[in-house]
Amino acid sequence: MKKKFHFKKVTALLLTAVATVGILAGCGSTTKKSSSSKAAYRTVDEIKKDGTLKVGVFSDKAPFGYVDDQGKYQGYDVYFAERIAKDLGVKIEYTAVDPASRVDYVATGKVDLMLANFTVTDERAEKVDFALPYMKVSLGVVSPSSAPIKSEADLKGKTLILAKGTTAETYFTKNDTGANLEKYDQYADAYNALLDGRGDAFSTDNTEVIAWANQNKGFTVGITSLGDVDTIAPAVAKGNKTLLDWINKEITSLADEQFFHADYDATLKDFYGADINPDDLVVEGGKVE
Amino acid sequence: MLDSGFKILFQGQNFNRLLEGLWVTIRISLISVLLSMILGTLFGMFMTLPNRITRWISRFYLEFVRIMPQLVLLYILYFGVAHAMGWNIPAEFASILMLVIWGTAEMGDLVRNALISIPKHQYESAAALGMTKRDTYLHVILPQTFTRLLPPAMNLITRMIKTTSLIYLIGIVEVLKVGQQIIDANRMQYPNGSLWVYAAIFFLYFIICWPISLLSKYLEKRWK
Repeated sequence: MKKKFHFKKVTALLLTAVATVGILAGCGSTTKKSSSSKAAYRTVDEIKKDGTLKVGVFSDKAPFGYVDDQGKYQGYDVYFAERIAKDLGVKIEYTAVDPASRVDYVATGKVDLMLANFTVTDERAEKVDFALPYMKVSLGVVSPSSAPIKSEADLKGKTLILAKGTTAETYFTKNDTGANLEKYDQYADAYNALLDGRGDAFSTDNTEVIAWANQNKGFTVGITSLGDVDTIAPAVAKGNKTLLDWINKEITSLADEQFFHADYDATLKDFYGADINPDDLVVEGGKVE
Repeated sequence: MLDSGFKILFQGQNFNRLLEGLWVTIRISLISVLLSMILGTLFGMFMTLPNRITRWISRFYLEFVRIMPQLVLLYILYFGVAHAMGWNIPAEFASILMLVIWGTAEMGDLVRNALISIPKHQYESAAALGMTKRDTYLHVILPQTFTRLLPPAMNLITRMIKTTSLIYLIGIVEVLKVGQQIIDANRMQYPNGSLWVYAAIFFLYFIICWPISLLSKYLEKRWK
């Protein structure tokens, strides 16, 4: 008898919990709509007035965004961010972001600008506004030289390592290659998994795997280009027109001085070696051929 | 090869950066632990109130926090609240809030267990001596609860410290994140640097958690 009573109590408790979550979720979506007029972003004037631009970058994804041994942010994205801040006349406050939460940081206005190797996708474009691209990539697959994966067909029955929240994850989830997908939160963990032999291959942007294979003996990029050519662009909060326009104008005008080629030479060249033509990766003035 | 990986720990400012990261971990843990212990003790006493409504509320809170993974709670506080209500809680505050919400529930349950484990005759004897309810709690019940509470509370504290390793996911650069940054910045030159960096991080966590175990042992002996 006592047990039965307890059971009832637990059921009631669970029902209440479900109801509460439902109500909270309901509230959430309605307030979101009503508050969208009072947006969660800062205009260019507000940023200038504040004197600090909040930028989301990777802190553990060399050579795009990383922290050097002096504790300073470095990389291709950071080089561009520094230039933006200089031209805006403001200081920079970096936030170290992880791949999976980049959209949320921008959408909630926790950062003004996302410069974290952010590939443009339709899905993301629904939640954030992308500026003109400053780089282009496709996917690559790196595998041990002793057992190279040379085509998608080679992946059948193999274990493919992926990092969560990346374009590669989306691609391989949509296109079934017959490979077992093993997903990690961090790039560092994904590479460790490949090094430990927990998987047969690792796929992410080709730039990334080419650079990595370049420096790690015993690994080759069997597939250098897979899927569509994607562009990488800065992202701002949906509707933040002033900042978006400012960034677009900046990217267009920087083409005159071939800024992104200079950026490539300063940050990426050493990683990719002489075999790679910078024009395969760099986009000037937002124009992709 | 192993020696070269070891080097990256002391390259440039790397070791100082690890210590700075450790300080972030310690600072957030310390504030969260202190608040959780205080609020948890109050919550534990609240849980033992002989009232259906208060029992219901406390039961609901405890189950809610137990069911919810800490990471989900953290994301709700940091991103969810911002999405839903437009409140941007600073990352460090969100982390402390997550730890305190969780820690208070767990601590409350420990305090409740300790309180109900005190035999009834202790209350009755105190009453027979003419002690007021307040005096009974302060001088008879609570001192006895403390000794029973100590081992599980220390366990909870170390668990809270270790749970701070989640907060890098909302952009806080604590000791684990610094470690990952160092590993990544050197991953091309020293692919096995991660072994050394993670070993160093293990050692740093050990340095903070070990004294807590020692203190716990010392206090247990003293109070017995």
